Amino acid sequence: MRILVIDDSRAIRGILRRMLTEIGAEVAEAEHGGKALEVCAASAPFDLALVDWNMPEVDGLTFVRTVRANPRYAGMKLMMVTTETEVHQVETALAAGANEYLMKPFGKDEVLGKLQLLGLG
Amino acid sequence: MTLAVSDFEHICRVVREESGIVLEAGKEYLVEARLAPVLRERNLASYAELAAELRTKPRGPLTVAVVEAMTTNETTFFRDVTPFEVLRTKVLPELFAARPNGPLTLWSAACSSGQEAYSVAMMLRENFDDASRARVEIIGTDIDAKVLARAREGRYSQIEVNRGLPAAYLLRYFAKDGMHWVLREDVRRQVEFRAMNFVGEWRGAPFADVILLRNVLIYFDQPTRQRIVSRMERQLNRGGYLMLGSTESLQDVDTRFDRVELGRGVVYRLPG
Repeated sequence: MRILVIDDSRAIRGILRRMLTEIGAEVAEAEHGGKALEVCAASAPFDLALVDWNMPEVDGLTFVRTVRANPRYAGMKLMMVTTETEVHQVETALAAGANEYLMKPFGKDEVLGKLQLLGLG
Repeated sequence: MTLAVSDFEHICRVVREESGIVLEAGKEYLVEARLAPVLRERNLASYAELAAELRTKPRGPLTVAVVEAMTTNETTFFRDVTPFEVLRTKVLPELFAARPNGPLTLWSAACSSGQEAYSVAMMLRENFDDASRARVEIIGTDIDAKVLARAREGRYSQIEVNRGLPAAYLLRYFAKDGMHWVLREDVRRQVEFRAMNFVGEWRGAPFADVILLRNVLIYFDQPTRQRIVSRMERQLNRGGYLMLGSTESLQDVDTRFDRVELGRGVVYRLPG
């Protein structure tokens, strides 16, 4: 399973990398949506991207919309991982094409539970 | 603050007598972690003081608080996913067909704060028509009055709705209230919560077509497991199903249940 972690916080990327590596996933990182699009274009398809919302340059929502507009990435699942917790924000992200939504703070159980829901657990 | 051996043993005895749950040596850390909030709430200076009060007032409110603290288990929405798939695709369609006009009762045993029972209620809304759904009665039981009150409220923290609940269901079935999320009233109304203790008279135990007894038997010793499973046979309608946790089985109990593999899950069927 190949997972791309997109977050401008190096600490969060490190936490997610550790959790995901423990369950055998191959993890790549990007510090914002623009870098993430470059990583996607340059590598084999990812099964899942974990996407922070607020990031410099290209934010998470823009990344989700860009990915969903490109049929090349049709097989990639997208989960927002964000401090945004309002109903309209969850609605906006799902409408843009995110498959799941995880609110920060999170622990390993929450991440693995969401992976199960996405059929990747 | 440490827990003396004699106090640990006394607390274990109280928990066992009141709930049937067996705490073995080596679980001192668990007792300390679970009872630390009880010490704080009741202004007790030490575990020794707590054990002393349990000895002098064996039927007092502290006993209830200790048993509640030791028996409350964290749970999640759609825990393990697979059992809900098995219910949706195999068990419920079969029971709907087998009992074309009658009601179906689903019992979430040791339901804690209600996530399992409500997961079933949401799954029914997502996958079955109104008429089928209206035939299903969901009953949650637990020993702990405090968690039952929470379950009835259907009010969950952000951490709780992060656990196992699909985001689409969060939007469809919950309203945000400050830092909490409250389940819609029509979903809450489909579930009835009752107090029930596996040790004792089983007052409040429903007769059911499906019993979810997941991650419960692991807390009991073999004789108690045998008693609970035998009693479950009597509470289950013929042809009904018992569902256990993903790491549990009925290997060490005498039972009439047939082990049936359905899809990716294992269920126990009472012969029809």
